[in-house]
Amino acid sequence: MARMKFLCDADRCIECNACVTACKNEHEVPWGINRRRVVTINDGKPGERSISMACMHCTDAPCAAVCPVNCFYTTADAVVLHSKDLCIGCGYCFYACPFGAPQYPKVGNFGSRGKMDKCTYCAGGPEADGSKEEYAKYGANRLAEGKLPLCAEMCSTKSLLAGDGEIIAQIYKERVMKRGYGSGAWGWKTAYRETIES
Amino acid sequence: MTSFGRFIRLALGAWALLLLVSMAPASAQQVNPTASSVKEQQLLQELNRIQGRVSIPDQRSGVLEQPQGREWREFRNVTLRWIGGIAILGTIAAIVIFYLTVGMVRLESGRSGRTIVRFNAFERFVHWLTATCFIVLAISGLNITFGRPLLLPLIGFEAFSEWSQWAKYAHNYLSFPFTLGVVLIFLMWIGGNIPNKVDIEWAKRGGGLIGHDHPPAYRFNAGQKMIYWIVVIGGGLVAASGYALMFPFYGTGIEGMQMAQIVHSIVAVLFVAAMIGHIYIGTIGMEGAFEAMGSGEVDVNWAREHHSLWLDEQKARTGPNDGQPQPATAAAE
Repeated sequence: MARMKFLCDADRCIECNACVTACKNEHEVPWGINRRRVVTINDGKPGERSISMACMHCTDAPCAAVCPVNCFYTTADAVVLHSKDLCIGCGYCFYACPFGAPQYPKVGNFGSRGKMDKCTYCAGGPEADGSKEEYAKYGANRLAEGKLPLCAEMCSTKSLLAGDGEIIAQIYKERVMKRGYGSGAWGWKTAYRETIES
Repeated sequence: MTSFGRFIRLALGAWALLLLVSMAPASAQQVNPTASSVKEQQLLQELNRIQGRVSIPDQRSGVLEQPQGREWREFRNVTLRWIGGIAILGTIAAIVIFYLTVGMVRLESGRSGRTIVRFNAFERFVHWLTATCFIVLAISGLNITFGRPLLLPLIGFEAFSEWSQWAKYAHNYLSFPFTLGVVLIFLMWIGGNIPNKVDIEWAKRGGGLIGHDHPPAYRFNAGQKMIYWIVVIGGGLVAASGYALMFPFYGTGIEGMQMAQIVHSIVAVLFVAAMIGHIYIGTIGMEGAFEAMGSGEVDVNWAREHHSLWLDEQKARTGPNDGQPQPATAAAE
C-alpha cells in the first residue's frame, strides 16, 4: 500500500488558488469552510513564496491523539479520516493541528462549533465508497475510483503533488536537482518527521 | 525645434528602456533565486510559527504552520491525566482514610433543640444553583479528559459520542448560570471571607476536623474562607478560560486557546478535588453541617462549637437569650 502525502513545491506555486477552487467545487464545501488554502509568505517582498496547505495526513496524527471521542481513523493508504457521526465539535483537534486543517461550521447559538470538516484526501469517510451519504458528509471519494486528489490533479504548474510519498519525493528531488534550488517540502518535518534532502 | 527636442528625449528614453529590459534577464540569470528565499525550518526556528497572507475571507487561515500543538497534545493526553488523576483520586483516598480513622465530627454537646439562621433563602439558592451547575460541568468536563480511556471502551463509540455531545451542550450552556453563581457568591459572602488573625489561630489548632478542639471562628472559618477563595478565583479562571475556548478567535489565537485549555483544565481538576472535600465536610464529614445549606438553620450548639464568635455576634444583635435571630441580620453579616 502506498503512503499518501501532499507536497507543495513552493518555488512553482503561483498562488492561482485553483486547488482551493477545485476542492470547494468537487466536494461542495459549504461557505466559510476551506479545506485547502494558499498562504503567501513575504508577500510582495524578495523571497516571496506561496504554499498550498490542507490536512497533511500526518504520521501519528495529533488530531486523532487528542480527540475525546476517538472519531479519527487512518486508512490503509495512511489517509487520516474522521467520522462526522461521532464528532462532537469540541475543537480539540484544531488546538492540536499544526496546519490549521480542522474547520467547524458555525451552528446554533453563539456560533458554536458544528461537526468538524477537513480535507479527506478525496477519500470520503466511513460510509460506503461513493454513496450519497458519504458525499453529503465528506464529498467525493476519488481515491476509491482510482484517482488522486483533485487539487493536485488540477494544479496548473504542477506545484502541488499528491500521491505515494516516495514517488512525489523523487519527483521533487529531480526538480530541485535540475533547476538548482528548492525551498523544501513544506510541512513534512512537522507532519511526517522527515524531510526531503535536496 | 521643440518637436526635435521632444524626439531626442523620446529616443533617449526608449533607448534607455531597451537597455534596461535587455539587461534585466542577463542580471536575473546571475541572481541565485534561493538566496533570498524562505526556508521552512529557519522560519519555524525564528518565530515558532509560519504566517503569511491568504486571499480567502478567513484571514486566520494565514497561519501556515504552528507545531506547538505537539506540546499541547502531550499536556492534554499525559500531563493533565496525571494531574487530574492524582488530585481527584488522592482527595478521595484521603477522605476515605480520614472517614475510616476519625469518622464524622460529632456535635460534642449534643443538640440544643434551638436553631439559628445561618443562610437565608437567597444565599441557599445561589449556593445550589452554583453547586448543581458545577456537578454537571465537572462530570461533562472530566468526560472530555478521561472519557475516552475509561468510558468509551465500556459503552462503545456511538453511545459515547451521543453522551459526549449532550455533555458538551450542557457544559457550554450551564457555564452561564455557573458564572452568575460565582459572581453572586463573590459579592454576597466577601464580607465574611477576608482573612484575619482568627484564621491563623484556627489553622494552628488544625480547625475543627482534627482532634476534639474547637478553635473560635466568625461566620466563616479559615477552611471555609479557603473554599470561598477557591470558588471565586478558581471559578473566575475557569469561566474566563472557558469562554475563550467557547468563542474561538474572539481575542485569542490558536496559542491563546491552547493556553486557555491548559489553564481551564488544570484549575478545573483542582477545583473538582477541592469540591469533593467540601462536599464531604458538608455532608457525612460533620454532624449538623448540612442543615446550614439544607434548611438554612443550624443548631445553636453547632454554631457554638464551630463558629463561636459568629454566634456571639448574632446574640449581641438580637439579645442574649434569643437563639433565633431574624434572617435579615444573618444575611447582612
